Amino acid sequence: MKNELEKDVPETDAYEELHDVPAKSRLRLSWIGKFCLGIVIFWIIIALFGSYLAPYHEAHFIEEDLTGNEFDDPSFMSPTRQVLLGTDYIGRDVLSRIMWGARTTIGISFVATILAYIVGIFLGVTAAVAGKWTDAILSRSIEVVLSFPSIMLGLITIAAFGSSIPILIVLSGLIYAASVFRIARALSLDIIVQDFVEVTRARGEGLWWIITREVLPNIAMPLATDFGIRLIFIILFISSLSFLGLGVQPPISDWGSMVRENLQGLANGFSGGAIATIAPALAIASLTIAINIIIDDISAHDGGSLSGKMV
Amino acid sequence: MWIMAARRILIGIFLIWAVSAFIFLITQILPGDAAELILGQTATDASLEALREKLGLNQAWYTQYLNWIYGLVTGDLGVSVAGGSTIADLIKFRIGNTLFVGGIVAVISIPLSLSLGLTAAMMPGSMIDRVITATTLGLIAVPDFFVAIFLILILAVGLGWFPSVSYLRGNEGFLKSLYVLTLPIFTLVLVVSAQMTRMTRAGILNVMSSPYIEMAILKGIPRRTIILRHALLNSIGPIINVIALNLAYLVSGVVIMETIFAYPGLAKLMVDGVQTRDIPLVQACGMIFCTTFVVLILIADLATIVSNPRLRHPK
Repeated sequence: MKNELEKDVPETDAYEELHDVPAKSRLRLSWIGKFCLGIVIFWIIIALFGSYLAPYHEAHFIEEDLTGNEFDDPSFMSPTRQVLLGTDYIGRDVLSRIMWGARTTIGISFVATILAYIVGIFLGVTAAVAGKWTDAILSRSIEVVLSFPSIMLGLITIAAFGSSIPILIVLSGLIYAASVFRIARALSLDIIVQDFVEVTRARGEGLWWIITREVLPNIAMPLATDFGIRLIFIILFISSLSFLGLGVQPPISDWGSMVRENLQGLANGFSGGAIATIAPALAIASLTIAINIIIDDISAHDGGSLSGKMV
Repeated sequence: MWIMAARRILIGIFLIWAVSAFIFLITQILPGDAAELILGQTATDASLEALREKLGLNQAWYTQYLNWIYGLVTGDLGVSVAGGSTIADLIKFRIGNTLFVGGIVAVISIPLSLSLGLTAAMMPGSMIDRVITATTLGLIAVPDFFVAIFLILILAVGLGWFPSVSYLRGNEGFLKSLYVLTLPIFTLVLVVSAQMTRMTRAGILNVMSSPYIEMAILKGIPRRTIILRHALLNSIGPIINVIALNLAYLVSGVVIMETIFAYPGLAKLMVDGVQTRDIPLVQACGMIFCTTFVVLILIADLATIVSNPRLRHPK
């Protein structure tokens, strides 16, 4: 059936122009964008398979060297062939913990971002479509959430509930759902007043049809580019909480808590311990900067940052 | 204008109320109550009852809420669960430290970032602009503690110029305190200025793309004159807005900074409170930070209203 349809379509230039797929130029990245895409893909692979590839378990203590001699003090060892990035404050392999930590940090942030999107889009579109009162109530409540600095909301909630991975996910997901709500609502309000929605209404379609067939497809693309920004914010937020000792709890490794745990090693300089602090910090930074540059690159081709080049 | 401003102020008051309600709510949904938290699981029923009586936990929730609000306003914040000293005393000692650092950071970063933002906006696409844009983007994209760690590594560990822990006894002179606090101040200045510079640049470029500026360009007026004479005055509203918003960002920056440098400020007090689950302390500190945040954002919005003639004289 599908093949027959395709056959019927005349292959003319006019058809090409009508095509729904965005122009190819949109995803053409500059070399630095490609490089950053490489970094992100690298971290995704580490997040998925790092725990299998890592030389040690995240909670494994390095007690003896390769020939079986016991270490006097395995903490804050300098890099050797056995431990490529040295050991942390209680003698665990830093490289392995970073590889395991990728899964925790990226995994939690990713799930939290998805949650933020589901809740934010659902409420945002509802507010735009469902009418004045629902909109007013939802918008005011969201304003309350946004009137907290996010780190304060985090601190207060964790003081009450304690910290665990599910709580971290729900907490950051809900906090950042507020900003997704605002974007989704604003975008849907633009769509809702268009003629084609009015036609659908006149045809007698229900609210569900309008949301799923008219609004959602039209706001999907701008929301997708926003996903990366939201992901960065959530990575930074969760890392900050972990850094404060209020995020992911030991012995699970996580980049933010690794920085905190090994902070005392910083004073020893590179010969002992500083790498244990710097490596996870660099891991977070490389990931967030890379995502940021990719977004910048995409929006530059989209005309987003053209305003900077104008005048 | 007055109606708009008054409405905005009313919204601000509503938000502060909502924040207080949320922070209060936390205690109500806690498993168990503050008395159990203080005395631990081994406490007898009688002693629990006595403590509840003393803390007023037997009253209805709305009485508790009103008492708490009354306490906040009159400065009677209750007793810290952990230390036993009154929260008001703890906060009084710490809040000065935080304000000291915050004030110095504001004094340095506001002029710095305004001039950087202006420079970048004056020659968009130039080398200077690209360097400024790239650096600030990098600073925003990394965690605050990342900046702090590198400053410690270079300036404290590598070069040994400044101490990496900012402990003040309280009897140092101004210059000595400033020296001890160099790294935390430097960190915060970098983090806050990065945001502010970008927003200033964007604000001015936004004005620059309006039709009247285009007219001025077409008339052949030099770019520098256009920015300084035409664009700058019209960007004052947005710029005040940017300043207030960034002072609000300081609220979150200060939490990380005080932890990493072990600086005895209000945010460190709060983080310690969260770790020991000292709920009354967390509530009081949270209320102070959040109120400051709401008020700063209110100022930002009011600045926008006051500085915009179209909002000042609505048709």
